[in-house]
Parts: sequence; structure tokens; C-alpha cells
Amino acid sequence: MADPILSIRDLHTYFFADEGVVRAVDGTSFDLYAGQTLGIVGESGCGKSVTARSILRIVDRPGRIVSGEILLRRADGSVTDMVKLPADGREARAIRGGEIGLVFQEPMSSLSAFHTIGNQLIEAVRLHAPLSKKQARARAIELLAMVGIPRPEQRVDAYSFELSGGLRQRVMVALALAGEPRVLIADEPTTALDVTTQAQILELIRSLQRDRDLAVILITHDMGVIAEMADDVVVMYLGKEVEKGPVDAIFHAPLHPYTRALLRSIPNVLAEPREKLATIAGSIPHPFARPRGCPFHPRCTEAIQGLCDVAFPETFDVGAQQAAACHLLNKPAA
Amino acid sequence: MSTVLDVRSLRKLFPIRSGLLSRVSGHVKAVDDVSFTIDSGETLSLVGESGCGKTTTSRCILRAIAPTSGEILFQGQDVAKLERRELRPLRRQMQMIFQDPFSSLNPRMTISEIIGEPLLVNGMTDTAERNARVAELLELVQLPSAYLNRFPHAFSGGQRQRIGIARALALHPSLIVADEPVSALDVSVQAQIVNLMIELQDRLGLAMLFVAHDLSVVKHVSHRVAVMYVGRIVEIAPTKALFASPGHPYTEALLSAVPVPDPRRRASRIVLEGDVADPSNPPSGCHFHPRCRYATDRCKVETPPLVEIAPGHAVRCLRADEISLKGVDGGHTTN
Repeated sequence: MADPILSIRDLHTYFFADEGVVRAVDGTSFDLYAGQTLGIVGESGCGKSVTARSILRIVDRPGRIVSGEILLRRADGSVTDMVKLPADGREARAIRGGEIGLVFQEPMSSLSAFHTIGNQLIEAVRLHAPLSKKQARARAIELLAMVGIPRPEQRVDAYSFELSGGLRQRVMVALALAGEPRVLIADEPTTALDVTTQAQILELIRSLQRDRDLAVILITHDMGVIAEMADDVVVMYLGKEVEKGPVDAIFHAPLHPYTRALLRSIPNVLAEPREKLATIAGSIPHPFARPRGCPFHPRCTEAIQGLCDVAFPETFDVGAQQAAACHLLNKPAA
Repeated sequence: MSTVLDVRSLRKLFPIRSGLLSRVSGHVKAVDDVSFTIDSGETLSLVGESGCGKTTTSRCILRAIAPTSGEILFQGQDVAKLERRELRPLRRQMQMIFQDPFSSLNPRMTISEIIGEPLLVNGMTDTAERNARVAELLELVQLPSAYLNRFPHAFSGGQRQRIGIARALALHPSLIVADEPVSALDVSVQAQIVNLMIELQDRLGLAMLFVAHDLSVVKHVSHRVAVMYVGRIVEIAPTKALFASPGHPYTEALLSAVPVPDPRRRASRIVLEGDVADPSNPPSGCHFHPRCRYATDRCKVETPPLVEIAPGHAVRCLRADEISLKGVDGGHTTN
């Protein structure tokens, strides 16, 4: 396989609040390749969004990247460590929205209500390319057409509140593409949308990826969306990467008890009516009261007393591509 | 089984005012000729996309808003026509479970006050009696009674939703209206609440109107499902029949759009073009015709009636008996 376009190495992003330190991302590593979709899945507080914000260097205070590397392979083949760049510096700003585009969850609040969508697009285009206003406007219309917005010549002068949720999310995708990125990070891009609109947006991301060989990081809590879209999957729980592997292995041969429990507990459209779900006991702990040892052990049915509640397990490789952090995988070689 | 709720030709129009004198220039037909019944012990789900009128329908039933026309027969009385004072004893019998467990509980009240309030308001003034009932309710929703004097902020989303359910059950209602009760919860917690709702309903014999957009959750909780599009019910059927052999093209498209959590089942989806029609200016004829791949010229002019195609399975489509549609097949395997 070709070199990865983005490599995250042992990333730690902590939030230093008065009440204590929240280890929002605590040792995440993965590789992203051109033309591939990496899904990051997990429940609230698992660190999936902070991972995305760390990559873009837009972690809000009191959070900061404590250690780790975010290696971006540039178009010219050189490698830049995003962690070493000043977050507000010229280079980080050029990469943000330039080489790496971002689609946020909330199309309502992420677009300005005071500027037309055209002006917002023109601003984004001109930040990353030396175009005149007129050229940039033409480019904005082109972008709107590309993301499937009908009558782009008229819609370019519309305000975001004049558009439906689905069209707004298309505008968000157009904005993310304005800098011609090679990496697209989509953070819960369809969570606020209806299921039919979700299908449209996922199809749009897929077709753009095909056309431009985009590397996509898709962040979601929805296992259905992951199954539909991802090539590789990272499963996170309370800041820890608990399992990663190819999508088929994650769904059909999951290693970590959390992945297995999560898959069993999701409602399935193929279930029998009135069929009860398997549940995971307990709830997600408060960020300041995270369990010691393996973060999942209080809810895990297979936890080993004296081990899982004491030490965080190392990551064990199973096969060439799959790995999980679980003491149960630590079997002496037969 | 007895019919608890019988909704007949329910209609709710919201006026659109414009101009200097705020004259009524049109109407949003939020709910347009909606009829259904719910039996005791039965869950009927109302599904559809945002703006389809499912929440307005549920609010009319609770008389949180007054319907424009139609009948809402609940325990033999027409909720739509009663005076405020006459409504009060009925309101006890119909309770609501809300979507957002964070904003629907008063942060300044303890759990025992929150659950006990409906009891107090309805005349249970004896503190010991009330506390005993609150403890009983906590047990019902599987929360330890040690939590009685805590405030909502000490609880997780799932626990708060249990508190909301306990409050709804306090007065022994016969009908529960649950508007997106699990959509704000994390997956691992959502399953607990879905199971709890199924269990409690079976135990208490409640009738439930479940308003939701997540078809996977709907499949797990409902006995019957009604699909709404721009204010109208386009299909109503027993759950299994609706998912296995939908009769309306909109239902087919909705089902097709649901992501299945299995990468080996990446199917080609029916991706609907465009957006949900504007309820203030809906398309003529069948509201769905501009997005329908089976539409003919007839669909643009004729409003289809809701016609029964099988026992308990009614469809609002002119071509219901000509087209064959694809559902999601059963025989599923989970790991």
C-alpha cells in the first residue's frame, strides 16, 4: 500500500480544568490513506471529536495536545508534524481548510446567518487561492453545483436560513472543499439530518471521494453509517482507542468486549417487532470520575478482578490488520 | 384489548400571516385528515421526516394545542371539544415522555419532588403515602431508592430518562405519548431504555403513541406503524408487514435509506431527490409525486385515498396494487 497521507502517533490531548485533568484523547494512533475512509466510532465523551479538532489544531482551551505526532504527507511528498506547528501560525492556517477540510455536525450553527453562502464560499476560496472576487464567485458557483445544489447561480446569493437542512449540509461540504483538500474530516455530518437526507449526504461524500481520491475521516456514533461508509474503523471509549481494524473484521469478528457489546445493543431494522435489545450495564462515567485500569471494566461482563481494574491493557495485534486493547487477548503463545 | 384512543379525521392548520395588517395569507396544513386507533397494551409509532406533522399530531392528542377539526376520542370523550376544566381528569390518564432528559427535569427539585409532584397536584397530600408511591415508581424504572433526595444534575442521560418515565407513570395513565424518547441517548444507554419501555408496557398494559424518526428503534418497540408525509398518513400497517412489504413508495424509500449495521449488506439505496415538500404549499395530488419514481400524470392531479390492501394495512397511493415494492427482509443475524 502507498504511504499514508496522515499518520496519528500516540496522540494525547488533555483538558486542564479546575476540577482536574480530562484525558479526552489518551493514546490514539492510526493511518489514513488517499481514497480510503477511516471511521472513528464511539459514544459521547469517547474523544472522537477532540481527535478531529486536534488534527486541525483547533482544540479549545483549556485543552491542549500534550504529546504525540500528527504527520501530514504534503502534496510535494514532504512530511509535516502538525503538533509542532504553532496553532495560529501561517502554515497551520494554510493546512486548515486547505489540505484538510472539515465538515461539522451542525449546519445550522456552523454557517453565518449574516453573510450569503456565496460570500462565505468566496472568502474560503480566496483564503487558499489567489483569485479575484469575480473568479472566486465563479468558483463558488462551481462548488455549489459540485455538491448537487440546484440552481447554484441563484442560491449563491441566498442566506443559510433560506435553505433546508440537507442543502445547508451540502453548503458545508462545499465550504470544506473550497481549499481543494486531500483530507476531509467529517464530524457527525449527518446526525442532525433525516434519514433520507442522510442517504443523500453520504452518497455525496462517497462520490466526491471517488472523483478526487479524497482521504476521509468519518466521525460518528452510528454503527450503521460506519458499516455503510468505512474501509477501516477505530473504536474509541473514554479517550482510549479500544479496537481498530478493517470494517468487515470489526463487525464480524470484533475482539474487544466493548465493540461486541456495542454491536449487540444497536437497534436493527432487521429485528423482529418487539424484540428486546442486549444491553450494556451502567452508563458512561463522568469525565472527572473515569475508572482506573481499562476504562470499560466496570461495564464489562468479562472483566478480571485484580487485573482489568488496575492496569490499562496494552494493544494486541490479531492478524495483520486488527488490534485491540484488552487483557483477555494476552494469551501465552500456544 | 380495548380501544384507548380513537383519532378521527384530525386536522391542524397553522395560519400564515403576512403584510402590514398581518392578514392570514395562507395555511400550513401541519396535520391533514389523520385517523388511527390505539388499543390498550399496544404501541403505535408515528414516523416521518422533520416537518411531517408527527409531533403536531401528538400535541393535539394531549390538547397541548387545539386541533382545527376532527375528533380525538379518549375513554369515550372527545378531547378535541372539551373545556379546560373537563379536560383535567382526562389529562391524568394521558402522560408524556419527553425527548430531552436534560431540559425536561427541573434542576431545583429533588427526584422525589419531581416524581411526587403529579401525585401532590392530584390530591395525594399525605407525605408518607406519596413517598411510598415514589419509591414504588423508582423500583419500577429500576433506580435505587437511595437516589430519592438527589437532584437531576447528579444523573446521567439514561437515568434522567428513567426519572421522566417514572413521573409519567405516577398517576396510572392509560395512554403514554413518547416523543423521541431515546434519540438523545447514547447507543449503549438507548438499549436499556427501549427495553424498559417494552417491559413496562407489557406489565402495565399501557397504550403508547411513539413518535420517532429512527426506524430501527421503531422496529423494536412498535406493534403497528403509521408513516406520515407532509401532514398525511401515507401508510399504516402492523410493524412486520410495513417493514417486509411496504405499500407506499415513500415507505420503501425511507426503509431503503436506513443504514444497516453490517458492511456485508451495503445495498444500493433508493436516494430520494430533493427535500420534503413545503407544508404551506404542498404539491398537488399526491404530495409525494415530485419525488416518487413510480409517479404518473394521474398522481399529479388526484389525491389518493387511504385504502386497505390487507387486513390492518392501508396505503395512500393510487398505484398501490400495480407496483411491487421492496422492504427490508427479516431473517437477520446478529453477532
